[in-house]
Amino acid sequence: MAMKIGEKPFFDRVDDALEDGFMRNAMAKAQDGLRGRKLNATVGDEQIGDWEEWRSAGEEIRRHTLENLDFYLDQLSENFARQGGHVYFAETAEDATRYIQEVAKKKNAKKITKAKSMVTEEIGLNEALEEIGCEVYETDLAEYILQIDDHDRPSHIVVPSLHKNKEQIRDTFRDKANYTGTSEPRELTAFARSQLRETFMEADIGVTGCNFAVAESGTISLVTNEGNANMVTTFPETQITVMGMERLVPTWNELDVMINLLSRSAVGQKITTYVTNLTPQLEEDSIDAPKEFHLVILDAGRSNALGTEFQSALHCIRCAACVNVCPVYRHIGGHAYGSIYQGPIGAVLSPILGGYEEYGELPYASSLCAACTEACPVKIPLHEHLIKHRENYVEKIGMTGEKMAMKTFGIGVSSPALFKLAVKGMPAVLGPLVKDNSITSGPGPMKLWTSVRKFPAPGKDNFRNWFNDRAKGRE
Amino acid sequence: MKVSLFITCLSEMFYQNAAKDVVEVLERLDCEVDFPKGQICCGQPAYNSGYRKDAKKAAKQMIASFEASEYIVTPSGSCAAMFKEYPQLLKDEGEWHERAKKVADKTYEFTQFIVNILKVEDLGATYPAKATYHTSCHMTRLLHEKEAPFRLLKNVRGLELLPLQNNYDCCGFGGTFAVKMAPISEQMVDEKIRHIEESTANVLIAADNGCMMNIKGRIDRKGKAIEVKHIAQILNTRVEGRV
Repeated sequence: MAMKIGEKPFFDRVDDALEDGFMRNAMAKAQDGLRGRKLNATVGDEQIGDWEEWRSAGEEIRRHTLENLDFYLDQLSENFARQGGHVYFAETAEDATRYIQEVAKKKNAKKITKAKSMVTEEIGLNEALEEIGCEVYETDLAEYILQIDDHDRPSHIVVPSLHKNKEQIRDTFRDKANYTGTSEPRELTAFARSQLRETFMEADIGVTGCNFAVAESGTISLVTNEGNANMVTTFPETQITVMGMERLVPTWNELDVMINLLSRSAVGQKITTYVTNLTPQLEEDSIDAPKEFHLVILDAGRSNALGTEFQSALHCIRCAACVNVCPVYRHIGGHAYGSIYQGPIGAVLSPILGGYEEYGELPYASSLCAACTEACPVKIPLHEHLIKHRENYVEKIGMTGEKMAMKTFGIGVSSPALFKLAVKGMPAVLGPLVKDNSITSGPGPMKLWTSVRKFPAPGKDNFRNWFNDRAKGRE
Repeated sequence: MKVSLFITCLSEMFYQNAAKDVVEVLERLDCEVDFPKGQICCGQPAYNSGYRKDAKKAAKQMIASFEASEYIVTPSGSCAAMFKEYPQLLKDEGEWHERAKKVADKTYEFTQFIVNILKVEDLGATYPAKATYHTSCHMTRLLHEKEAPFRLLKNVRGLELLPLQNNYDCCGFGGTFAVKMAPISEQMVDEKIRHIEESTANVLIAADNGCMMNIKGRIDRKGKAIEVKHIAQILNTRVEGRV
C-alpha cells in the first residue's frame, strides 16, 4: 500500500471525489473550523506576539537544520546510541521495513501497537509486519477507525479519518467490532478505548513516528492529544520509532519554537494535551521506559530534494496548515491525490519521493492561489515549488498540445507586431462563435472552458486605436 | 505624474470598457498616461504552466517596453505580481536581472497606485448598488495588497459593500487550471457564486480580469442575474464635478 492510494487514474479519482457530497461537505466544514481555530491560536493570540516573527524563526530553524543535516543526524544518532538506543539509517522503504521485521522476529513479537504515524504509512509498515505474522493495532482513534474499516486510507495527514462522519463510524464499529451504541462521539470514543485497553498491555512492541528528534540529547518528541502514544511507548519492552531523516531540531530551544508552530498551526492549540519526550535510558531498573529502543531514520527519496530547489520542501513539519486552506483539497478531499501526502504539500512532496510518472499530475491540481504559502508556519514557498515541478514535468515528460500552444505563445510574445495582430484578429476569429455577446460552445481547447462557463466575446473596439485617437484629439 | 499603462492582454482583448475607465480615472487624477506600444502579455500563462523559456521571452519584451517609465500601472493584481516575479525569473540572465528589478520596483496595481502613491481615497464616484468585492489571490497574497480596493470603495456614494463569506478562497480561475482541471475549477467557482448570492449583492466588483472572466462566465452559464464589474468601472461612475 505504502504511499500510493488507489489504482485509478487521477481524473477518475477526482470524479469519484466530486460525486461524494458527504465527503465534500465534511471537508469544507473541517477546513472552516480548523482555519478559525488556527487564526485564534496564531495571529489572534496576543500572548505570543507577532506570528510573522514566529514563522520567520521557524523558517530559519528549519533552513539551518537542513543545511547542516549531516552534522545534526550524526549528533542525534551518536547521542541516541550512547544512551543505549539502536539507530538504523534506511535508504529505502524496503530497508526500513526489513529492519523492523528483523527486530520483530528477534523479539518473537506477536502484538504490535502503533501511535499515529504517516511515515509508517509511507513505508507500508503494517503490511510488512502482518506478512511475518504479527498483529498490528493502530491506537490513534482516527487510525483505529480506518484500520477496522478494512484498512481504509488516510485522507488528511493530521486528521486521517476526516472523510468519515460519526454515523459512518458507528456503522463501521457495528459491522466490524459488534458495537451496539449510538453515534455519539463520546460513546464511540469510549468504545474504542475499551477495545484497545487490553491490547496496550499485551503488546510486545510499540511503534511510533516522530514529530521532532532533538539532536543534542538524542530525544524523540511526540505531539499528541489522545495519550495513546504514551501507552504505546510505556507498556511494551521494545519501542521502534520511525522518523523521516529531516525531522530533527538542534536543541530543546528550537524544539520549543517548533512545537508552538506545529500545534498552533495544525489544530489551533497553544500546546497539545501531551508532548512526550523519550530518550533511551541506560538504567537497567527503569520501569517506565522500553528496555530496547530502535530509531529508524528514513531517507526513501528525501535526499532527492537535498541541494536542489526543492530542499525547502523538507522543511515541512506536517501540520497540514496548507491542506486546511487549499481550495482544491476542499473540493476533492484527500484520497483523490492518490498519495498519503495530500493537499499542497502532498502535491510538492509526492513527486519528490515517488517520481513524476506516478505523481506528475498533482502539481497541476492547484490554481496557484498561494493560500498554502501564506499559511505555512515555516514559510515553504509551496506554490513556487508547484511551478518548479511543472517546469520539470514539461521538460521530462511533456505535454504535446500544450507545448505547441506555448511555443506559439513564445513566438507571439517576443514580437509586439505579432501580438498586435493577434489582438486585432481576435474578433474575426472568435466573431462567428459569438451569440448574445458571449461564446457558449467553443472549439478545440476552448471547449474545456465553455464546458463550465461562457467565454467573453472579444471587444468590438481596438483599445490602442481608442487611446491614440484620444491622444491625438488632445494635441 | 507620468504613468505608463500596462493594460494586460485580457483587458485589451475582452474588457476595453474597463480599460478606458482606467485611463479616464488616472487622467482625472492628473496623471499623464502613456501607452508603451511594445507591450504584450506579461508571460504568466507560460510561467505558471512550467514554460520558463517562453515566459522569459515575454518578460524581456515587457522590460524593454517599460524600463524607461516613471511608474507602471496595471488594472490587474495578478499581472502586477508577475512583473514583481521578473527579477527571480531572470536571475541568471546577466544585466536582465538588474533591469527586471528596476521595472518590478516601479510597478503598481491600479488601486494600489491610487491609494499608496497618489494618496487619494475618494474619487467622487457614485454607484448606488448592493455589491460585494472579490479579493483576488494574486493581489492579496503575491502582491500583498489587501486594503487599497476597500479604501476606494468605501468612499463610493450609494455603494453598499457587503461582506463575502470565504472571500479568501480562490474562485477557481488559476489560468490554465480552469481548463486543465475543469471539473475542480467548476466546483470552486460554484462555491464562490453561492457565497456571492448569499451576500445578497447584485454586483460583484473585482480588480482582476482573470477572476472576472471565470466568475462572470459561470454566472452567465447558470443564467444568474449578478453583474460583474471591474473596480475601475465603479470608480469612474457619475463622478462629482465631472462633465
